[in-house]
Amino acid sequence: MSELVTCSGLTRWFGQTKALDNVDLTLTSGKIIGLLGPNGSGKTTLIKILNGLLRPTSGTALVDGMEPGPESKAIISYLPDRGYFPDWMRVGDMMDLFEDFYGDFDRAKAEDMCRALGLKSESSIKTLSKGTREKMQLMLVMSRKAKLYLLDEPIAGVDPAAREFIMQTILTNYNEDGTVLISTHLISDIEQVLDEAVFLQQGKIILHEAVDSIRERTGESVDALFREMFRAQL
Amino acid sequence: MQFEIRDSRPIWQQLAQQLRERIVKGEYPPGSHFPTVRELAAQAGVNPNTMQRAMGQLEADGLVITNRTAGRTVTEREDVLAEMRRTLAIQRTEEYLKDLQALGLDRAAARELLGAKGEENHE
Repeated sequence: MSELVTCSGLTRWFGQTKALDNVDLTLTSGKIIGLLGPNGSGKTTLIKILNGLLRPTSGTALVDGMEPGPESKAIISYLPDRGYFPDWMRVGDMMDLFEDFYGDFDRAKAEDMCRALGLKSESSIKTLSKGTREKMQLMLVMSRKAKLYLLDEPIAGVDPAAREFIMQTILTNYNEDGTVLISTHLISDIEQVLDEAVFLQQGKIILHEAVDSIRERTGESVDALFREMFRAQL
Repeated sequence: MQFEIRDSRPIWQQLAQQLRERIVKGEYPPGSHFPTVRELAAQAGVNPNTMQRAMGQLEADGLVITNRTAGRTVTEREDVLAEMRRTLAIQRTEEYLKDLQALGLDRAAARELLGAKGEENHE
């Protein structure tokens, strides 16, 4: 188990607001990790720094030993918290784009998943429902053989059946030598697929522990512990 | 049959428990091929590392044998199966007694009730 992500003293200010506050975090390979925290706790900021969309104000973030940049992007598969494909595109166009951009994209795998969903490559994006668009984007992201998957709120805003589909897609498609970091505040839905949980609060990491170790130590599910810890702070 | 993650105990323990029951009930017959960790993890919707840990427990129990070439099979040892059946039955009995105690019945009353019910169902 090698170190895949190493953050030290990671801090990010937005004007007067400290979005990340001196974060030290090490993630190893071969894990599914939940990045858990209420809205505004810094989840998206951390993910954006790891994939190079934001620069830290101070401190460092390394992915597989590299500072975020073109080389690290080649091994990171990122699902943003909102859709980014324009309406005029068709499903096949999205696949062409991924194939052009990423050497590790497995087109056959993506096409198989589309078939399973009943999506045709000539379907245009504007005809798809919100839930289907989210599934579609996730399928593209999971069809890469990446070292690090950064999934920002993959299950927010979709119905429970779609959530289950998304979790199954993640479970059955991630590269087993890679690590999946999933940010969410919907913990009960994803708890059983996680190896580890990272709790983020006001830009600080307040807990980083294996899920079963949390259950063993506290006698509570991660969901229950989360509710308790964040209710106490109000 | 579906796996159920219902309480706050570690997930791998709940999975191991449900797999033990399946084996004792003969859902995976003695000597038969046992599914892979990946298959079981997908079925249960859990992390493969968690299912791996449950599998480790079944191996430690002697219920599942890992062959070097042919994957895993369910044990054919009747004594191992019988012992696990007894262990599971004892657990259930303890749960039953605890439940009745919570309702305000002591052990004697519980035994009497169980005896009476047993007779009734036997007729």
